[in-house]
This record gives sequence, structure tokens and C-alpha cells, in this order.
Amino acid sequence: MTQLEHSEVATDPGTRPALSLSGVTVEFESDRGTVCAFRDVDLTLRDGGFLSILGPSGCGKSTLLRVIADLVQPTAGTVSVLGSSPGAARTARAIGFVFQDASLLPWRTALQNVALPLEIRGAPRGGRTPAELLELVGLAGRENAFPHELSGGMRQRVAIARALVTGPRLLLMDEPFGALDEITRERLNQELLRIWQDTGTSVVFVTHSVPEAVYLSEQVLVLHAGPRGVRALRDIPLGYPRDPAIRDSPEFVAVAAELRAMLG
Amino acid sequence: MTTERPPERTRPKRKRTGMRKWLDPLIVVALLLGLWEFASVRFGIPEYVAPRPSVIAECLAEESGVLLRNLVPTAQASLLGFAIGNGSAILLAIGFVHSKRLERSVYPLAVMSKTIPTVAISPLLVMIFGSGLTPKVLIAALICFFPTLVNMLKGFESVTANEVELFRIMSASRREVFLKLRLYKSLPYLFAALRIATTNAVIGAIVAEWIGSADGIGALIVQASFNFDAPLLYASMLVAGGYALLFFGAVGVVERIVLRWKPMGAVAVAA
Repeated sequence: MTQLEHSEVATDPGTRPALSLSGVTVEFESDRGTVCAFRDVDLTLRDGGFLSILGPSGCGKSTLLRVIADLVQPTAGTVSVLGSSPGAARTARAIGFVFQDASLLPWRTALQNVALPLEIRGAPRGGRTPAELLELVGLAGRENAFPHELSGGMRQRVAIARALVTGPRLLLMDEPFGALDEITRERLNQELLRIWQDTGTSVVFVTHSVPEAVYLSEQVLVLHAGPRGVRALRDIPLGYPRDPAIRDSPEFVAVAAELRAMLG
Repeated sequence: MTTERPPERTRPKRKRTGMRKWLDPLIVVALLLGLWEFASVRFGIPEYVAPRPSVIAECLAEESGVLLRNLVPTAQASLLGFAIGNGSAILLAIGFVHSKRLERSVYPLAVMSKTIPTVAISPLLVMIFGSGLTPKVLIAALICFFPTLVNMLKGFESVTANEVELFRIMSASRREVFLKLRLYKSLPYLFAALRIATTNAVIGAIVAEWIGSADGIGALIVQASFNFDAPLLYASMLVAGGYALLFFGAVGVVERIVLRWKPMGAVAVAA
């Protein structure tokens, strides 16, 4: 897919944003009073877009992702996923979620893990089968392997296939490659872009890696730790498809340096 | 992309070490028996203190009919008690998971059942139910009950935050979370408890037979000790131990079949 096709999708006037947040604030009650995870986050993600949330540990980026997934209730602000509430989007199975640890059920084979969401709510019409998805993530032939027989990277591939099995319009990923070695991580970054373009789903990707955020995203939301609430939304001026060699280009290096400076 | 290497399979390795695993302790046991035999003869230790291994072996062969005839009621009682004790513990744990109120009201009672020593309850049960099978089964069941209940509950609660979130994103019902997640999470804990329960059930049955029973290994042990028949005492002990070991091994075999998805590793046991 090319840059051109993407801009066509973006300018389609009938397309609702995949995600829109306004004034989203999350506070937690703790022993020492109210702790603010983040304040007044505004955000719009086009349908089919790729956004990364970048920040150091403890800046609330996972919490923000969980607000979108209807796992955490925001203290204030509104969240709209494909024009409806996160709860409605979740029940309509419009949301897929990938955890940092693959969270596969160890008593199920790779194929059975991918099929789990279908056992709970049935198969969506016109959706891809679990076997097709395993092939998409590059695990054809490993259908009957148990999670403990797979490497960390392979487990994460199964988790991605599982998140895609309901045909979600929005894929939420919580540092999915954070525990992998750098070589595997870069390879999976490349594959994630391929899967994203193949499925046409929108992606919100949480990471603390600057190169990963730059390599993958159309836009990067930078979050700071602590109650400062300072953040910035940065467009990444690189086209798709992206070759791994793009990491060495002057544009890439410049954007990465800028984001690093924002993280301070 | 498919060049990532999966972790090496552990199964073939385990088989190769299987023989050695058994050989070494067998050598130690054989050496100890030899030493015992030698010491008994050399120092003239009287038979009622410690009969020689050869004498015990002779008794095992000669009295095999009596021993096996008495093993039957003990095995029956321990098996029935094992089934009833663990069965009710599993059912109650399932009930607790579904109703916090049930747990609040019944759990203290379950704890109490554990605090009263089995040996103290046994005479009471024998008094009420006579010297038949019933008190033996009840005592065996009682002794199995609590560790299984606690482990089962611990297993049901061993779900991780991510697993709960995963099932919530899939909009799973409570029932689905139980059937597709909690039940499986509890299995390793259940089997850890069942392995303990095998030997406990045998102990329960034997203790009940001490207090009042016409037959069974426990009764045979009491009888042999009254008659200062040390070889028969040791032989009874060996038969009871052998049976408990078989029972333990059988549960281990079932566990390996049921939990074939599990990489071999121990689960912490609360008991």
C-alpha cells in the first residue's frame, strides 16, 4: 500500500475517526491522596491510522490505553471509539487488545488461543479464520504448538492473531514487543506494519522506545511522567511502506532526536 | 521471520535421565538393607527390636494372603474417603467462587474441621458409626478435605490481572471466565493437593482401624504389636507404604495426562 492510498482514506468525508478523546483525565485514589495519571488529553485518530503513545514508565500511557479499551473509567472527559462509547465498542467487538506479556492460555495450542474470542461470542461474518490469521502473522505450521513451546516473539505473534480474530476496527497494543530482544523487536515492527496495511485496522501502540514509535507511526503522542500534564502530538513525516533502512535516514534521525528532546 | 527458535523441548531429555533417577536411590536402599542385615547378625539385635530384612521378606511371603486380605478393606476405605473428601472440597470451592456469602458463612467451619486433630475425632466417629467401613471412610475423607479446599480456592484465584482484562475485552460472562479460565488455572493446584491427599487418605483409614476394626492393615498393625510380632508389624507397614506409593503414582500419571500442556515445574502448595 502506498502513501497515496492512505491519504485517500483520510480525506474520505464519510469516515468517522477511529478514536477521539477530549479532556480525558484519570485520577487514582491512593494512601497519599489523589494521584493524577494524566490530565486533559485530547486526541483524534483517523480510521485506519497508526498512533503511538510514547513516554517513560509510569507516565500513564498504559492507563490511557485501558481507558480506550473500557478497562479503566476516566475521571473526566469523553472517549469515543468509532462514534460510540468504549463500552459499546467493546461489546461490538470493535476493539482488539495485545498485552505486554502475550497472556496466552498455556493449556491451549496456538490455534486454540487464537480461536478463544470466537468461542465466547461466535465468529464475525466474513472474518478470517484462526488458521488464516496464524498464517498472516507468520506462524503457519505451528498451529498445534503449546505456548511454552514457542519463543517470546512467536507468542506475541499468536497474541496479535488472537486480537485480530474478531475483525476489530481498532487494535490497542500495550508495549507488545517491550520484553523482546532488539533483533526480534525490529523484525516484528516490520511485520506489524505489513499486518496493519493488510487488515486496514487502526492501531494505538504504547511504547517507551523512541525508534519504535517513529518507525511505526503516523503520529506520536508524547506523555510525561508526573502531574505536569505536558504532552505533544507529533506527526511523523515519513511515508509508507517503510523500509527498515529508513532508521538511518536523516529525516528519521531528526524526528527521533526531536521526540527525545520532548521527553526531556 | 520464521527463524526465531522455539525453546528446546524438554521431553526427550527427561526420558534419558529417567533410568538414572531410579537407579541411584535403589542402590542407596540396597546398601542400607545390606548394612542393616549385617548389623543385626553382627551385634545380635533381638528380633522384636529390629527384625532382619531377610526375616521381614520371609514374613511378607508367608503371610501374603493375610496381608492382602487386610489390605482390601483399607484400600477400599482410603479410596472412598479420597473420592468423598476431595469431591466435596472441589464442589465447595466451586460454590465459594460463585458466592462470597457462602464462603463467608461456611469457610470458618471448614477451618475448624482442620483444627480438630483427626486422631481426636476418630474415636467419636467409631463410637457413632460402629467398627465398619463408614467411620474409616469418613476419617479418610475428613483428612483429605481441607488441603484440597484451600488449594482449589487458591487455584481459582490465581488468575492474573491481564487474564481478567483479556476476558473482559472479549465480553466474557462470569460463567465463561469460570469454565475457560479459572477451572484450568485451578488444575495444577488441585493435583498438588490430590497427591498429598493420597497418602493422607491411607493414614486416615489406618488410624480409624487402630481405634476399632476387625480387619484392615491398621487392625493388623495393632494385633502384631500386641503379640510382639515385629516381622508382621514391619511387613504390614511395608504393604501400607507400597499401597500408598501406588496410589500416589496413579494420581501422578493422571496428572501428567491431564496437564500435558504444562512445562514440568512445581506449583506452590498451601496445606
